[in-house]
Amino acid sequence: MASENLTSTAYIKHHLQNLTFGVHPDGSWGLAHGAQEAREMGFWAIHLDTMFWSVLLGCVFLWLFRKAAKRATSDTPSGFLNFVEWVVEFIDDNVRGSFSGKNDMVAPLALTLFVWILLQNTMDLVPVDWIPWTTQKIAALFGADPRHVYMKVVPTTDPNATFGMSFAVFALMLYYSLKIKGPLGFAAELTMQPFEAKNPVLKILFMPVNLFLEGIGLLSKPVSLSLRLFGNLFAGEMIFILIALLFSGGVVLGLLGGALQWAWAVFHILIVLLQAFIFMVLTVVYLDMAHHEH
Amino acid sequence: MNINLTLFGQSIAFIVFVWFCMKYIWPPIMNALEQRKKTIADGLAAAERGKRERELGEQRATEVIKGAKGKAVEVIASAEKRGAEIVEQAKTDAKLEGERIITAARAEIEQDVQRAREALRSEVAALATAGAEQILGKEVDAAVHAKMLDELATQL
Repeated sequence: MASENLTSTAYIKHHLQNLTFGVHPDGSWGLAHGAQEAREMGFWAIHLDTMFWSVLLGCVFLWLFRKAAKRATSDTPSGFLNFVEWVVEFIDDNVRGSFSGKNDMVAPLALTLFVWILLQNTMDLVPVDWIPWTTQKIAALFGADPRHVYMKVVPTTDPNATFGMSFAVFALMLYYSLKIKGPLGFAAELTMQPFEAKNPVLKILFMPVNLFLEGIGLLSKPVSLSLRLFGNLFAGEMIFILIALLFSGGVVLGLLGGALQWAWAVFHILIVLLQAFIFMVLTVVYLDMAHHEH
Repeated sequence: MNINLTLFGQSIAFIVFVWFCMKYIWPPIMNALEQRKKTIADGLAAAERGKRERELGEQRATEVIKGAKGKAVEVIASAEKRGAEIVEQAKTDAKLEGERIITAARAEIEQDVQRAREALRSEVAALATAGAEQILGKEVDAAVHAKMLDELATQL
């Protein structure tokens, strides 16, 4: 579906650009007309597409589950309620299995993460051009230049979304570490291991080494959490985009593209589900470690 | 793919979603699940209790039936005994009655005999007197010979 006047590179670049709203270098607010402008906006910009789709999907999740929660009774569940209960019990089992502390927030947190990430990832299965193309046509009706209308529909292919979640999880980890272990306990955890010594001099000598190792370990948790999700989904999206390039290459290539897209989508369902699950489980495990006293 | 304000927007959205889920979604669903678990457990316990009660009832019924059977056997035995006793009694009574009747009849017969004998005696006395009158050809004065006649009569 890549337009005739677009090169493959431009097509891919267009698909990888978020709809950015922010401060132009000259001080005015507005949409970025291209990657260059978006980059120049620096930190004071916001990806409207990422925000829109993730908040929309989050609201879909909350709305559906709230509807089920209102109807939840001890009677025999039916249809959708049954499905929701199945998901909730699945999450509850997982949290009970890997979280040993007592915290009423962890299970709902895990449920939100799992379903929300799953919904965001699932946007990847929507053929790559449908929503951007529709958006461009609608924007054109309002007189916008279609070449500058960007629409990235999979929020989890935006590192802002994955880091946004993992940093929130990281903040919770720090908060509960400080709350449960106390500042001294947390400091001890970071400086007294993995190298331990009875000798006080050695102990002090080991401290910077331990802090370095444990600090990296601690900081790598949110980074790996978000980069894993981002990397998997970005790669999946990238392959969908590359397959979509085939559609502009004639009937034979187009049919091949269709078959490939179908095959990759089937395989991608696994990644979509698995990455949501891994993010959820690791978050629960990290929070469990934060609750663990030594 | 620049890191920008979206990061904070996502974090805030995430926190709000988690808060909402924790407040309005998780508790009602978990409550319903817990309640259902309890209902099912109660139902199973009630079924178990019902089964046990039925077993107990059956046991009690068997016992009652066994008791009733024993009692019936007892009643029958005692009734038989009583019947035999009654029959025995009746036999004895009948025997006694028969003997009494026989005795009474004998007494009556004796009396009749006695009476007949008396009558015969007086008749014989009269006949003897008449015979003697005829033989002697004269009237025997009954009053004069009364003593003799009485002696005769007693001899008969």
